[in-house]
Amino acid sequence: MKLWEIAHSRTGDKGNISNVSLIAYDPKDFEMLKEKVTPEKVKEHFKGIVKGDVVRYELPNICAMNFVMYAALGGGVTRSLSVDMHGKGLSSYLLDMEI
Amino acid sequence: MKKIRIGSGAGYAGDRLEPSLELIEKGNLDYISYECLAERTIAIGQQAKLKDPTKGYNSLLEHRMEKALPLCWEHKVKLITNMGSANPAAAAAKCVEIARAHGLNGMKIACVTGDDLLPVIDKYMDTEVWETGEPLSKLPGEIVSANAYMGVEGILKALDQGADVVITGRVSDPAIFLAPIIHEFGWALDDWDKLGKGTMVGHLLECAGQVTGGYYAEPGKKDVPGVGHLGFPIIEIAEDGSFVVTKVPEAGGMVTPDTCAEQICYEIHDPTKYLTPDVVADFKQVKFTQIDKDVVKVEGATGRPKTETFKCSIGYRDCYIGDGEISYGGPGCVARAKLALDIMKERLELVAPNAFDELKFDIIGCNSLYWNPDYKYNDEPSEVRVRVAGRAKTKAVADIIPNEVEALYTNGPAGGCGAVKRTRDIVSVASILVSRYDVKPEVQVFQV
Repeated sequence: MKLWEIAHSRTGDKGNISNVSLIAYDPKDFEMLKEKVTPEKVKEHFKGIVKGDVVRYELPNICAMNFVMYAALGGGVTRSLSVDMHGKGLSSYLLDMEI
Repeated sequence: MKKIRIGSGAGYAGDRLEPSLELIEKGNLDYISYECLAERTIAIGQQAKLKDPTKGYNSLLEHRMEKALPLCWEHKVKLITNMGSANPAAAAAKCVEIARAHGLNGMKIACVTGDDLLPVIDKYMDTEVWETGEPLSKLPGEIVSANAYMGVEGILKALDQGADVVITGRVSDPAIFLAPIIHEFGWALDDWDKLGKGTMVGHLLECAGQVTGGYYAEPGKKDVPGVGHLGFPIIEIAEDGSFVVTKVPEAGGMVTPDTCAEQICYEIHDPTKYLTPDVVADFKQVKFTQIDKDVVKVEGATGRPKTETFKCSIGYRDCYIGDGEISYGGPGCVARAKLALDIMKERLELVAPNAFDELKFDIIGCNSLYWNPDYKYNDEPSEVRVRVAGRAKTKAVADIIPNEVEALYTNGPAGGCGAVKRTRDIVSVASILVSRYDVKPEVQVFQV
């Protein structure tokens, strides 16, 4: 199953740091998501894109996790060579992860 | 208990105008705030101001104010915006001119300045730059702007002096929403719990349509009604800091716990430490409850004492980026795109060996957004687009890439089409921390 089936996501940017949320549609899935979608797994999934650490935070009442990914935006929004300078599409890539 | 209603008029520099006019007319608002500054916007504005001292503010200011000022005056809505960008005084003067032309006699228009640290930037040359870990003096290019993220102080002073319109340069995004709340309710500037709640209001409103169903729709999973005429959000907040998010009933879009959840996580890092000039806000325990159609109650935000420092964005001349694109369609299109990239690599070796600081080779439709080397892509698409980008120190070198991509028309694989090319002069942004006591907001009020 892809994360896309049971969760939604939005990406934000600050300098060369990307943050990607993962929000369970159904609160019942949140514990399972916390277990399966570890920072290590996310770092592996974003191999080639994210050069730095991935840190996970939680907002338990809204069944959300927030992954902060360092050195993730090709040098930063203002100088990235990527089509997607803000890395806004990274949320969709997280949802492509198989669990 | 006293309540006020604040609308969000814009979520970025170029945002639509009509949803904000709808809010002023039908939202029963007390305030509307337009957030129009991205990280790099002021650096670009500063260059415009150098060329013409009456410019350097948001390029849509006149377009917006021509419509918004008369409506705000009619409906008794006060307007706050950071559209002043690199030149809030010139923006205020322009607004006075517009208000006069519309006969808005008595309207008070204020500008808040003090964020511009460029005149004193030399004293920070030993300060460490976040992005590089090196002193500011080691930045590779000429510094063209330096603006501190100020808090609510200047806006509060302007509102205390009776301003109907407040125009700022760089302030924190939440400040343009938090300031009117503090002003109306007389909250203490060290009531960290309330300031945390008011900051949550600002964070939810600052991207306008992103909390009413914009940037949210996923057909079949997250359908948004009327997204083509998306409305902008309203927050109704009471004196005790409790609040709801809503919108004008007839406007498109929706407000649900899920639209709010996506926006709350947007551009935050540690949710217990959302740093602003006014408070360290804590969103970790936030909770949403749908209490009516398109009405969501928000609870659980709080805050802790502010830090001693302000973030300051430094704009500097960085490099030139040249890029070019060309499409290939039909059977074999991916193979022809790959050949086009091989040709580009050979050409750059031949005509400009080692001339580029960085290069990127994409096939749009396959790997331009995600370049994980192990990623398994779907079946061959029916069309793809080749894109090559490179960073160089001079425009002449950067131009080589778009020109070589265009040359793939007559010199590259079969069927290349739709080539475009451009070269950009890149002003980048770096960040330092400065003492909050170095930044003194100043306010001028003009009466129409």
